[in-house]
Order: sequence, then C-alpha cells, then structure tokens
Amino acid sequence: MLTAQKQDYALTQELAAKIDLVLASHDYDQTQIVGVLLDVQDLIEQHYIPETIAYYIAEKLDVKISNIYDCITFYSSLSERPRAKYPIQICNSIVCQVNDNQSIFSTFKELLGIDINEVTYDGRFTLESVPCFGACDQAPAVRINGTIYGRLDSHEKIEKLLNKLL
Amino acid sequence: MSKPIHFITKNFDKYDVSSIGSYMNIGGFDALKKAVTMDGEDIATIIAEAKVKGRGGAAYDMGRKWSQARAVIGEKKVVICNADEGEPCTFKDRELITKDPFNLIESMIIAGYTVKAQDGYIYMREEYAHLRPLLLNAIRQAKSYGFLGTNILGKGFDFNIHLYSGAGAYVCGEGTALIHSIEGKAGRPRMKPPFMKQSGLFALPTCVNNVESLSIVPHLLLDDKKEYQSYGIGESMGTKLISVGGNVITPGVFEIPFGTTVREIIYNYAGGIKEDRAIRLIQFGGASGKVANADILDIPYTYEDLQNSGVIVGSGAILVIDERTSVIDFLRATQAFFSHESCGQCVPCREGNRHIKLFLEKFAAGTATQDDINAMKKIAKIMAMSSLCGLGETAQNALVSAMKVFPESFAIGGAK
Amino acid sequence: MEMVNIKINNIPLQVEKGTKILQAAKKLNIDIPHLCYHPDQKVKAHCRICSVEVVGKRRLLAACSTDVWEGIEIHTDTPIVRDTQVGILQLILANHEQNCLTCARNQNCDLQKLCSRFNILTSHLPDVSDHLPVQNTNPSIVHDPSKCIKCGRCIRACQDIQGISALTYAGRSDTIRVTTAYNKPMEQTDCILCGQCSLVCPTGAIVEKDDTQKVIDVLQNPKKHVIVQVAPSVRVSLGDAFKLPTGSIVTGQMVTALRMLGFDRVFDTNFGADLTIMEEGAELLNRIKNGGKLPMITSCSPGWVNFMEKHYGDYIDHLSSAKSPMEMFGAMAKTYYSKQVGIDPKDIVTVSIMPCTAKKFEAARPEMGRNNTQDIDIVLTTRELTKLIKYVGLNFQNLKAGDFDSPLGSGTGAAVIFGTTGGVMEAALRTVYEKVTGKTLDPVDFADVRGFQGIKEATVDLGVRKVKIAIAHTLINAKKIMEKIKTGTCDYDFIEIMACPGGCIGGGGQPIGTTTEIKKQRMESLYAIDKGMKLRKSHENPDIIALYKDFLGEPLSKKAHDLLHTHYHKVQKEHDFSKFNKK
Repeated sequence: MLTAQKQDYALTQELAAKIDLVLASHDYDQTQIVGVLLDVQDLIEQHYIPETIAYYIAEKLDVKISNIYDCITFYSSLSERPRAKYPIQICNSIVCQVNDNQSIFSTFKELLGIDINEVTYDGRFTLESVPCFGACDQAPAVRINGTIYGRLDSHEKIEKLLNKLL
Repeated sequence: MSKPIHFITKNFDKYDVSSIGSYMNIGGFDALKKAVTMDGEDIATIIAEAKVKGRGGAAYDMGRKWSQARAVIGEKKVVICNADEGEPCTFKDRELITKDPFNLIESMIIAGYTVKAQDGYIYMREEYAHLRPLLLNAIRQAKSYGFLGTNILGKGFDFNIHLYSGAGAYVCGEGTALIHSIEGKAGRPRMKPPFMKQSGLFALPTCVNNVESLSIVPHLLLDDKKEYQSYGIGESMGTKLISVGGNVITPGVFEIPFGTTVREIIYNYAGGIKEDRAIRLIQFGGASGKVANADILDIPYTYEDLQNSGVIVGSGAILVIDERTSVIDFLRATQAFFSHESCGQCVPCREGNRHIKLFLEKFAAGTATQDDINAMKKIAKIMAMSSLCGLGETAQNALVSAMKVFPESFAIGGAK
Repeated sequence: MEMVNIKINNIPLQVEKGTKILQAAKKLNIDIPHLCYHPDQKVKAHCRICSVEVVGKRRLLAACSTDVWEGIEIHTDTPIVRDTQVGILQLILANHEQNCLTCARNQNCDLQKLCSRFNILTSHLPDVSDHLPVQNTNPSIVHDPSKCIKCGRCIRACQDIQGISALTYAGRSDTIRVTTAYNKPMEQTDCILCGQCSLVCPTGAIVEKDDTQKVIDVLQNPKKHVIVQVAPSVRVSLGDAFKLPTGSIVTGQMVTALRMLGFDRVFDTNFGADLTIMEEGAELLNRIKNGGKLPMITSCSPGWVNFMEKHYGDYIDHLSSAKSPMEMFGAMAKTYYSKQVGIDPKDIVTVSIMPCTAKKFEAARPEMGRNNTQDIDIVLTTRELTKLIKYVGLNFQNLKAGDFDSPLGSGTGAAVIFGTTGGVMEAALRTVYEKVTGKTLDPVDFADVRGFQGIKEATVDLGVRKVKIAIAHTLINAKKIMEKIKTGTCDYDFIEIMACPGGCIGGGGQPIGTTTEIKKQRMESLYAIDKGMKLRKSHENPDIIALYKDFLGEPLSKKAHDLLHTHYHKVQKEHDFSKFNKK
C-alpha cells in the first residue's frame, strides 16, 4: 500500500484562524511550544505538522524554525510526516510482547493490508509500533488518538474495533 | 494473604473525582489546612521520620530533599510533579492521577508551602492525555475554593499550578530534560552542576517529586496515630504502590506494606502465573531495573533486601516473565526501548545503545563470539560510568544483571 | 579569591574555588582529552571523553563541567579512565567517515589528534556510519554530516554568537543529527555563511569550500596574469599555523610566500580599505548634509550584509552603498590597473586572501563585476592559504620579508585596522574629521571605539555638528541595534557592524584554534602596525590620491559610483503569511 507522501500543505484562512486560537489558548507563550504543537497536530486530519504550518507557528510565536523542527523530530508524539486519521499505535514493549502483541501486529497488517508506518490508500489508518504507554494491566494494548483499547487478545476483538472506527 | 492495606490509596473509589465538594466531604484539604499552621521544617521532618524515599526510582530521602529545598535562598522557587512515568510495566502514577487527582493537587500545594515556592508544574506524559481534563478541573476547582492563587487560607502564601504535557519522550522523566521540555525546547538532559536544587526550571531553584511521593504527604500529615509507620521493616517503612505485569493472571497496581514477599506479590496479589508456567525471570524497577530468577520469590520486598539480592525497587514495577520468553529476547526488547528513548547527545549512551543492540542480535542469531561478549561488557561499563544522565547510566542494568544471573544465555554461539 | 587544596594524580595543587577539573589539570600541564569543550563556549559535557576518576564517587565525572572542591582527589590516568576514554573514542570512530587523507582537516583535526594520542589505529566495532552525502551547494561552506561527532559546538556558535540558530540538533538516539530546519541547504535558511561554525568544528564536518586547486591551476596557466590581495587581519593570523606565537605580525613573510607561490603581483587589500574610506566618508557627509538615510551602516562585512538582506530587508537603505575593500580593489584591478599594465581584464585573475567564508559568496554576486567577468575571481581563506604555502613546501618562519607591489599594494594605518572591530569606524573618523573641520587630527587614535565590548557608543564633535556613532560586532549585537532602528528609537548617525566576534580577526575563515584570547592579541598587533606607520589616514595615501586624479575624479563621481558602489537585495522569505489574520 502507499506510504503517505509529504506534500506542500496549503494553509487556509480557516486553518490559520484555528491555529491562532490554539496559540491564544497558550497565551502565545514561547515556552509552551510542545503543547502548541500537540494541539495543532490534532487540528490536522492526518495528525502531523506540515512544514508550512511549522513556519507559521515559528513566525507567530517568534521562535526559531530550527527549534520547532528540533521539537517535531525529537518528540515521538509529533510527526513531520503525514500519518492517518486513525493512527493505530501498537505497544511494542516487553510487557505486551510477553502477552502476544505479535498477533495484534499480524492481525492488523492482514486486515488493513499495510505494514508498519504505511498508510491505507484512503488515509484512514496507519500502523505504528510504539513503546509502553502505561496500559500494561490491559496488555496487549493499542492506542488510537488518545483512547486505549486493551486486552486485544483475539481476532474478533480487533475486527470489532476496526469496524467501530470505519 | 493479609487484609489489603489502603493508606496511600485510601481515597480510591471513595469520592467523585470531578468534584471538590465530594473530596472535601471525605476530609480533602484537611491536610493542607493543617500544613499551613505548621512550620515547613516540621512538615519535612514528618516526611523524614516516615522514611519516605523518592518513588520515581531514585529513592532519595524525601524529607531531606524538602528540607534542603527550603534552605535554598531565592525570591522565586518552583516545585515540579514528575508525572512522566514511562518505565515499561509502571502504571502506578496513572492510578493515583485517575482515582485521586485532588489529593495530588493538595500535596503540591503543601509542597509549595513547605519549600517556599510560588509555582507548581505538573509534567504529565502525553500518553496520559485523557487524564488532563481531570487535573485541569481539579486545579480550576481548587482555585475557585481559594486553595490556589494568592493568600491561600489567609496565610499570605501564593501558589499556582500549571499543567504541561510531555510529547512521547521517556527521557523527559529526567529532571533537566523535563525542565527543557517545559521551557519550550527538545527534552534533552544537560550536565549537572548546576543542580536543579539551585538552578532548574527557568534557572530557578527547583524541587522535583514523583506523583506517588507527593501523594503520600497529605495522608502522612493527618496520620496522628502513625499508622504508616506501623507497616514495613527497617529502613523500608510504610507502604508502596507496585505495578505488576507480564505473564501474571491479574496484573495491576497494588498497595503493599514493605516486607511482603515477592511470592506473595506474584501469587496472591497478582493471581499467579497463567497456566501455572514456570518463571523465567523477574525484572524489578522498570526497564532500567535489574533481573532475578525465581530464587528471589521468598525475599521480602524492601529496599535493603532487594539490593542484597542484586535488584532494586526502582519505579515499583515488577515484570514477571514465564519460560516461553528467552532471556535474550527479553533483553532485546529492553534494548529496543532504550535505543528508542536515548536523547542522542552523549557518546556513551547513543553509540553504546546502538552497538549493544547489534550484539544482542548476534546472540539471537547464534553468531556471537567471545570478543563480542567482551566488547559488550566494556560498552555497558562505559555507559554506566560516564553517561551524561541516568538513562545511559541504567540502560544496561538488565543486561549486566542478566549476565550474572543467566550466564548460560550468553554461552558462545548464543544459547537461549 | 578563595583557594581550595586538591590533588591530581597524587600531586597536590592549590586553585581558586570554582575552577573546573579540566582547567586545574592544565595548571599541572596535564591535558585531559576533550572534544565538545571550547574555551569560548558554555560547557556542554556531551562527549564524555573528559571523564576522570574522583575518589569517593562511584561514577566518573566530566572534567569540563565539574568544579573542584576542598580535598578532591582526581585521577586522570587510571585503567578505568583510560578504558573509558579509549572506549568512547572507538564508539565515535565507528560512526565516523574515516577518509582522513581526503579530509580538509587532515592533520588539524581534534578527533584525529586524540586517536593518535591514544594510539588507536582502528575501531574494533562495526562501521555504523550512514555515510550521508556531502552538502556542497553554496560558495562558502561545505557540510559533511558523516564526519559529525554531534559535539554541538557549531550549534552553540550559531546560537550564542550570532543569535541565528540556523543549525540545530534534530531527532533522537541514533537518528540525532546536526542539521538545519527541514534539512535545507544552509544558504536557504537563516544562515548568513559567516563560517563561525566551521571555525569551531573539531573535525571536518563543517569546513570552508576549498578553492586552492583553482588557484594552483590558474597560477600554472601562462596566459593569465594572476594578482593577489591580502586582507589586513591575515597578516596577524597566518603565523599561527606555522607555530609562530599567536598574534605575530608576519606581513613580510606573507608577501614573500605569495610571491614564491607564483602570483604576478602581490597587492594589499588595505589599498581597497583606504578607497572605501574615501567613498564611504564622502557618502556619510553627503547623507548628513542632504538629509539622506541615517543612521548609515557600514557594508564591508559580507556576513552582515547577508544578515541585512535576509532579516532586515526593509532597512537595506541604511547600508552604505560603498562596496567592501575587497570588491573596490577588484573593480580597480579590472579597470584602472588593467589599463595601467595593458592587460585585458579577461586575462587578469584576482585572488583574495580573506579571513572570511562569506567573502566567497560576496565575490560571486552578479553585481560585483561587468562584461562577463567578476571583479574578484577566487577567494581563499587564511586556512586555505596555509595549505597552499605547505603545498609548495615553503619554510614560512624563515622566509625573508618582502614588500607589496605598486600601485595597489599600499595602505595606510587607517586601512590596516579594518581587521578589528572599531577599526573601520576609527579609519572613517580620521578622514571625516579632517574633511569637515579642516583641522589636523592629532593624536590620531580614537580610544573610545577600541576594545572587545559588544556594543560601543561615542559622540564625535566635528565642530559644525556632533556625530553619534556606534560599533557592534556579532549579529546578536547587530540585532539589538537593528531593533532600535526598527522601533525608531535609534539616534546614531553612523554605525560600524562586523558579523564576526572581534571583527575580521575572528572571521570564519581564520586558523583553527582561534579563541578570544588570541583575537585580543591579533587586535593589539593591528593597532601596533598602525601606530608604526608613517601614513595613518586614508586620504593621505599617495596612490589613492593618484587614483582619483588620474581615473576616478573625486569621491562619489559617476565613475566612482559605477565602479565602487553597489546595491542590495531584500531576500524574500520562503513563506509569506502576511495575508493571514493578524495576531
């Protein structure tokens, strides 16, 4: 399946206004870059920070673009590449590993027809292998846009989850 | 099994976590009201007498830490609640935030009062973003009731709490990395000195505490009968939240009195091993913790006893792995974690993690040589001795302890 | 100052409280190995190779960042220390492009020196370098990321000296790299090609573009008349590479070396500097008299001009229209001199030796030439000249002193001080003062404009009017002044700005190992040369007087305007968000 391509993202008046609201909610405080970037990322359907928007934030907050780029590439929760409407984050840590997360990986790959870090053709789903997000008592677990789906220990449970999102 | 103890967790499921009124009905903010009538030094003494050690993993004497923080001279000071809990198999702070958010807020205000800080920062990992509304609501309500803001309880003491989010970097649990993140930069650690105590967030004197460490404080202040001190043994006084996970039947967060045996923890609290399989290894303290084999089952869970058995309390995580997983595969998963989380600045950690990952792959493939083992040991030592921060220093704890406890796994050619 | 008693390798020593272990060891003549440490930068303690053993501590401590305390016992050479240092070196080597023979920093590389010191011939670890391609897209600076050891010195220079932060870390763990935002070529970012990064890089990761082969080729071309000009700061810096004491004045040997290299004429940029004063001085007086744009700001620092064009493009009218000394020289070489010697400008090749990487960019500007020839054909940095001298096998220290050729080889004392911050201003004042007041200036020194302070101010009484002046070096200080201009709170008339700390003596093309201490020595040497010269005011240079009489007419004449003045271009920002909602 296609891997999402990085394209020049067109910044619209509407989106710029939304970003300005995010900036205002953070008081245009330069120290709150991380929070700003997380909130702006949620405004973008593919859950990433397009380059154009990074420059926009840099100008509005009066911070160096190199600092913004550093933050985007340093923090795992921020992405410079388009992801998907529903990034499916599968825990790869040892606790989920000993609770058969391999089955989750293979089931999702099979059902969606994509590999890790690939995106479905409609941009709806991508698979990401992520470290522990603290749901170890519900291992093996998956996190999608902040919601945790635990004890995914059967094919049926995973199918049901995908159907809910479709 | 003895009756479950609920000292730290006494408020769990006892009030509506979205309502300050509900919290106050069960005695919420009584500790703060008492605290502001006391001398800060006396508060620090109570904590010291309860022998509370930092619960993020560093296990530094908390009473002494607060006393030292008090003594630092500065017009503006800061307290930080480190809610960046990120060690695999550690989820106790999650429970404390989910089930007792007002207690955490109250404890921070007490912290601010004790060390004479005006601002508190909660730095919570992005993966707990669903708990932000809970905390923001608690902060807002506390402010409207006058427990935050200016002249709190008429004592001329100002304090505000700010909630900051992490963004997916375990290294931000390290103090200097955490403050860089709050300051709007990539969360990479810096050298020490300067120490956080003197110069931390925004170059202000800063006192950092773990969620659990803070959460104990209000309960201690109201513990006239010294119930906390009746639990535990020796230097390991009181109770501890542990998070048990892996191949156990009922993984979860449990409050145990220090001195409970590992066997009791795994087979009683956590329900034993699925399908009654044999235990391959137990890792204590998170990914940066050391490993033990089943010989440790009858050891009491205390700081001293664990240390004598070659492991640590650390974050309170207890990861139980059954015989289906090999030691090498366990180490590769642990290594993958640190390879992903290293900040990349210092040579020992960045390059050391990279090479040990390659060596472990050779073990898995059965192509490792004696030279590889020697090189691996050397690199692990370099990392432990000279890394810039605790991540690099402890990343190879699992490996080094595994080499001692499971020498057969490192036979030449790479046996499993 | 409070003293503490310490021991290093069992040797007792007394040092001031607050001394770091690294400096304490230096007092005993022990050099603890280090890579990310730089004396002019904030301590980073990243590389960890300065780790030493301290009695009572269970981990090794970084010598560069640890203060000594009363009674501390340090060991710099125990087995664990050595194993750690060697181990760290091998870890670095395993992720390093090892082609020393073709590297610009061969024999002048901190990493290489440490490998040699520890007798490391190879890393026993597998090669994990990603062998990324070299980035070579601008005339000034070359970036080779696979030689980068992530020490962060370049990032510090760009951020703390220039306030530009074109370079940053990006990524985490083994994907960490030193790069620009979105990995754009440096010239497409906020970078102004000042080369301060290349001056502090310990390896060959960031270096100046090497144009030495071009010079060798053209020198060996019998059809070309190759002339060279040398900037003032080079003559007090070149000796560093030949083991002469730092700050040594080596003008004579330098001229002889250039002659022996095969240049047909050895000229002096100081000639161009005197010329610049004539034009710029006249321009300043013209603006003051006729209500022209004030404050007027000098334009001889190409890094500073790049900064203006990129970051303060709406204010480029403040820049003096006068070209830099190098370019004025070039223009005269290809017109006035060409006529004098009867050689077609197409057969004249002008080579400039500069302490500067941005000069390579300046020389390539389309407006710096005419009729399909550039006024300056090749720019070499001080570092490249060093290589050429070694290439030809000259024993530099022992060369006999030589003299510059005529007529473009003469310069006054005012010209030579162009190389230091405050020098251009002082040179201009010497001429402007006499022109306006009609009085002789004695003494000729303007002490107020001298020194290493970031921003200096003074008021000069020219009789008919007081002129308020300012001098700034580094772009952090330049920005402070520009912000004043932007908000209309600037009351200066004339400002000298140098992009590099200390002025050209601290330029990005200077010898590796340049520090603030060394710059101060170079500064003193330049003022010493000035003091020892008979002619110390630009307008007294007889060759300059002849040039105007025979060729240019007078300052700001049409001919002077065409050849010696230029215009600037505002650089359009990559993203224009002006149409979006205001804040």
